[in-house]
Amino acid sequence: MSLDRARQLEMFRRMLRIRLFEEALIAHYPVGHLSIGQEGAIAGACMALRDDDYVTGTHRSHGHPIGKGAEIAPLMAEIFGKRTGICKGLGGSMHLTDTKLGLICESAIVGGGFPLATGAGLSAQVRGSDQVSLCFFGDGAVNQGTFSESVNMGAVWKLPVIYFCENNGYAVTTPVEKSHGQPEIARRADGYGIPGVVVDGQDAEAVHAVTLEAVERARAGEGPTLIEAKTYRFDEHSNRLAIPIEYRSKEEIEHHRKERDPITLYRAVLQARDLLSEVEAIEEEVRKTIDDAVEFAKASPEPEMSDLWDSMYVNPIGAPVGGEGL
Amino acid sequence: MTMRNATQKLSYLQAIVEAQREEMRRDERVILMGEDIAVYGAQTLFDEFDEKRLRNTPISENSFVGVGVGAALTGLRPIVDLTIASFCYLASDQIINQAAKLRFMTGAQLAVPLVVRTSTFYNNRTAAQHADRPYPLFMNTPGLKVLAPSNATDAKGLLKSAIRDDDPVVVFEDINLWGKKEEVPTDEDFLVPIGKAAVRREGGDVTIVSIAGCLPHALSAADALAKDGVEAEVIDLRTIVPLDKETILASVAKTGRLVVADNSHKVGSVASEIAAVVSEEGFESLKKPIQRVAAPQVHVPYNAALEKQLFVSKDRIIEAVRAIA
Repeated sequence: MSLDRARQLEMFRRMLRIRLFEEALIAHYPVGHLSIGQEGAIAGACMALRDDDYVTGTHRSHGHPIGKGAEIAPLMAEIFGKRTGICKGLGGSMHLTDTKLGLICESAIVGGGFPLATGAGLSAQVRGSDQVSLCFFGDGAVNQGTFSESVNMGAVWKLPVIYFCENNGYAVTTPVEKSHGQPEIARRADGYGIPGVVVDGQDAEAVHAVTLEAVERARAGEGPTLIEAKTYRFDEHSNRLAIPIEYRSKEEIEHHRKERDPITLYRAVLQARDLLSEVEAIEEEVRKTIDDAVEFAKASPEPEMSDLWDSMYVNPIGAPVGGEGL
Repeated sequence: MTMRNATQKLSYLQAIVEAQREEMRRDERVILMGEDIAVYGAQTLFDEFDEKRLRNTPISENSFVGVGVGAALTGLRPIVDLTIASFCYLASDQIINQAAKLRFMTGAQLAVPLVVRTSTFYNNRTAAQHADRPYPLFMNTPGLKVLAPSNATDAKGLLKSAIRDDDPVVVFEDINLWGKKEEVPTDEDFLVPIGKAAVRREGGDVTIVSIAGCLPHALSAADALAKDGVEAEVIDLRTIVPLDKETILASVAKTGRLVVADNSHKVGSVASEIAAVVSEEGFESLKKPIQRVAAPQVHVPYNAALEKQLFVSKDRIIEAVRAIA
């Protein structure tokens, strides 16, 4: 599954969809944790997966379903809290799960996805499937106990899991150097006897290449890989969180925005490959997709109380559907 | 195939193993995970099934329960043995924040057909960090089903129902019942339905609702009370969530008196919830105040004589009945 021209353009499309999706949120519905700046890591990793491979995400997870190729309008409607949302307006910004594309959880509990991704890998192994499971997490999540517990289990059982760290340098405001005894996150892999790889997260093709290698290793039954993609969050931790201090310098942010924007960088690569007209057509198309999604979300109905009850149990013993029971 | 009415004599613990064996034979998606299961609990299953379906886990309670959740989301029907109920707290993030909420948060896209088995190790001199009966924590968590069988037949039939159920189920197994043997149906499709309490003894003077290992004490108390002319109706709750309000309210409508025997701590206990339901929905039937026989708000001591006094006994139930006679 190397990147031919069509897939290079598809990767660019997904990166741009993430960027414009979130810019539309800033303009129309400013909630949530934005991935702007991290699109190269997300799309690069997702393009190494098949549609039936599993993905778990985080609180900062608008990009993960988009990177996996999900339809945009139900994601937008979800963040608007509408009934047409992918989760009927019950999950929201931190839980944009689209199971049709193998997404099984975006955990708003930091580190909550490690066991779930590991379990999806166990399931593939027990069923004799060659599916793999990719677990996205941030640098902060590495300090949760579930990281150590789950990566260890993945390693012991040689599960087909890719532990993919989007290291954007800060856990909310705390820099990696001030919260990790070993700030080189990929080196933690040594503690579990698995490979650890560092990659430039702003270089989507480089991310794709290392992820593909890890995916092939996993499909071959050789177990997990820990990938650390060094990336950068252009915006603040959350649209809703006031940051009272300057924990990173304006110069640092400007440097990344100007010199290290994964979309600008990849656009230049594609232009050098003589694909500018195709890129421009994608830019036009994605703008329209996002505009249409915003209109769809705005026009959609709100969920109802009965949707809550109907989403609780598969088998609601004693509970009438649409009404209080259990 | 076995005869529909055939039985075999099994202990509570053996019945649990047989339930797992039958469901693993029936459905290859069923797997079993837990600490040291190859030595404790599932030894004979290792003789029969591929080890890929039997996972001896590292000591990582939160994550191996979460691995079970992840496997449940992706096509398996895992049974996770959490061994000792006090360990539930370590795994509570994955049980409460993930297993119980994932279906809801995804607008019903996902199902979590997971069984978490765990044992309440009270009255066993294991002291405060091994002796919890944390049913109320999970009763207060929407999205779960919670079971507490009181005999070998129900331990088997309820566990089989839990494994076949598409929602996450927590099963509390009471170690004070482990050795109790009885004739248990061998029919592979023998199931005890989730959500149905059982009336173990009929009577018209007082209703005693019993949870898990309280049942032998409730039945002995009822026998003793009968000698004095008080006929107690004993209800074995069996399922904590969903609560079988109908059976409880119907009995209280008949007797007008309610005692609830529950080994969880009294404040915010299952007994408290039952008392609240009966107060809200059956107040007119009550002739006297509801009595909760539960563990007091102190921790479980190592000393055996003191520990015994914390939990439900025949004498404490009789005392509670006498208080509202």
